[in-house]
Amino acid sequence: MQLEELVKKFKEKDVKAFEKLHEMYSKSVHGVIFNIVRDKEISEEVTQDVFIKAWNNVDSYSQKKGRFFTWIINIARNAAIDKTRSKNFKNSSKNLDAEIFVDILETYDSLDSRTDAIGIKNFVSKLKDTCIKVIELLYFKGFTQKEVSESLDMPLGTVKTRNRNCINELRIMLK
Amino acid sequence: MEAKKHIESGVLELYIAGALSEKENEQVYKLIMEHPEILKEVREIEKSISSLTAHVAPKENKNSFKDILIKMLQEKESSTKVIPLNTAKSNWLTYTGWAATFIIGSTLLLSVNKNNNLQAELDTINQAKDQFEIQLEKSNTYLAQNESLLKVIRDKDIVTVPLQGQKVLPEAYAKVYWNKNTKSIYLDVQGLPDPPKGKVYQVWSLKLDPLSPTSLGTIDNFTASKNKVFTISNPNESQAFGITLEPAGGSVSPNLEQLYTLGAV
Repeated sequence: MQLEELVKKFKEKDVKAFEKLHEMYSKSVHGVIFNIVRDKEISEEVTQDVFIKAWNNVDSYSQKKGRFFTWIINIARNAAIDKTRSKNFKNSSKNLDAEIFVDILETYDSLDSRTDAIGIKNFVSKLKDTCIKVIELLYFKGFTQKEVSESLDMPLGTVKTRNRNCINELRIMLK
Repeated sequence: MEAKKHIESGVLELYIAGALSEKENEQVYKLIMEHPEILKEVREIEKSISSLTAHVAPKENKNSFKDILIKMLQEKESSTKVIPLNTAKSNWLTYTGWAATFIIGSTLLLSVNKNNNLQAELDTINQAKDQFEIQLEKSNTYLAQNESLLKVIRDKDIVTVPLQGQKVLPEAYAKVYWNKNTKSIYLDVQGLPDPPKGKVYQVWSLKLDPLSPTSLGTIDNFTASKNKVFTISNPNESQAFGITLEPAGGSVSPNLEQLYTLGAV
């Protein structure tokens, strides 16, 4: 079934479509959340909540506004950030600012069982530092183009073209 | 080539990131509708980002869809409370209970009859002895019942499913011992209150996807039962069990407003 069809069924509250979309995107959602909260159990819990939230608020989604993937990843980022601001979380005193997604790929050894593991590892080791930063901010942190431009002190247009080049490299690696 | 220009501008990568304004998003959507090659490019970009983010998730995780459905069902019934289940202690309680009753009873009888003559005292003791024998008989029967229950619970083929109290009565609980070989369940409902007059508990076997309940019948002699354990036949491939309160005679589908306990296999 085409993604567009699945999303349509999901909007009609079709549980089968929900399950399929969960299967397609739960790992990505979990990855984005884990990169922010850095706690296995909390990230699992938030991932579940994100899918429940998506199910309950599906009326607010429209294909005209963007891709389903973009929408759910955005919910995931917000939910994860909310979690890090919650009272309980602050008490666990985690150092969250110092790390970016690349650290997880390396530290947590999360790749062994996956077929394209070597590709990702190679990619990360070859990527330019700016690429890693741009990808982190745009896809994992949900910065806008303008925010990335300000944060990395890079002209607005450069953010767009540089990111395109970085993603092209990623795509070649993943093939 | 207009499409190529858009593809190479890098705008589609920002589109997937969600980094564009609402207006720009709508413009890209129009382009996608008009140019199949742009849709193809968008899908490719999405695939690579989705793969990269997925690699950041912990390798072993509990992202089961079933858990989400259960969580949704529970949230529907508001927050739940996990009640720790006590293991069988009824044997001891029964013994000491009967013993205490007997001792108090005998002592009382003896002191009341203190001033009576020997014959009366002997009668009393004989009466007490008869009484004790009757009680002992009862205890033995009860013990035998408990032992057979214990045997059921300890059977290696038994799957134990704790059912937790829901919104209506968070402190309620029940337990299902499911023998898939004999296709029967032993339902322990000691943690449920007596149903009000005109109502019965109804037991449901649930499939989670899609959510579909199958009635396993009503518990008609709940109040009369002493040990509150019921044997029910269950030929279903159950994924969860639930108990609801229904009007006498039972209902065709469960009344979720009156969901007392719920637990997944």
